[in-house]
Amino acid sequence: MLETRKANGEIITGSVKLVHAAGMHARPAVKLTKLAKKFQAQISIRASEAAEWINAKSVSKIMALRAPRDSTIEFKASGEDAEAAVAALVKLVAADFPDTDP
Amino acid sequence: MNDTVGIVIVSHSKDIAKGTADMVREMVGSEVKVAFCGGNPDGGLGTNVSFIVDAINNAWSPRGVAILVDLGGAETNSEMAVEMLEPDRRNLVVVCNAPIVEGAVMAATEAAGGSSLDEVRAVAEELSAS
Repeated sequence: MLETRKANGEIITGSVKLVHAAGMHARPAVKLTKLAKKFQAQISIRASEAAEWINAKSVSKIMALRAPRDSTIEFKASGEDAEAAVAALVKLVAADFPDTDP
Repeated sequence: MNDTVGIVIVSHSKDIAKGTADMVREMVGSEVKVAFCGGNPDGGLGTNVSFIVDAINNAWSPRGVAILVDLGGAETNSEMAVEMLEPDRRNLVVVCNAPIVEGAVMAATEAAGGSSLDEVRAVAEELSAS
């Protein structure tokens, strides 16, 4: 359920299953966006293979994601701290958006 | 953490203003200063310029303050409150054209990341764009 891999040197990707009972609703969306903003990397997210990649730092876009429970959330990031960013975001989703910062 | 943009919530109803501020504090956290006001001095529905000035002062940040309003008078009275500030602070306060609850949560989320007042306002106003 938790997988990170480094593809072609630059783009870091990761995917994780959304276990939150209510799916990606307002509170998780705020937490995810806040965490993404702590990194310099460009970070994108999508909730299904068919979906467009969206900016993980845009709270309005993340809230509009409407990913249901059990969706697979994918991240991709590029930039100096991309690896740390993807690891932190995967951890946040896997841990079901705990109240304390991961 | 560096200073973040402050958020002011102005509703005709004190309960709505307080409830919106509670949502911001619980969902976004305490790193962003949030102040609210609502109702008239008699405790009825309405907005009041001096209450709004007090709220701006309570949420004050050198990075600026974004105000979220509900209907008609909340906006005009907020603009009047901004006019009453010292000239060098006026340019650091904006009234956002955004829905009050959603705008406040999203503006505060953006502010928490250390964004500028213009960025915070733009995120709140994305909600009105489409």
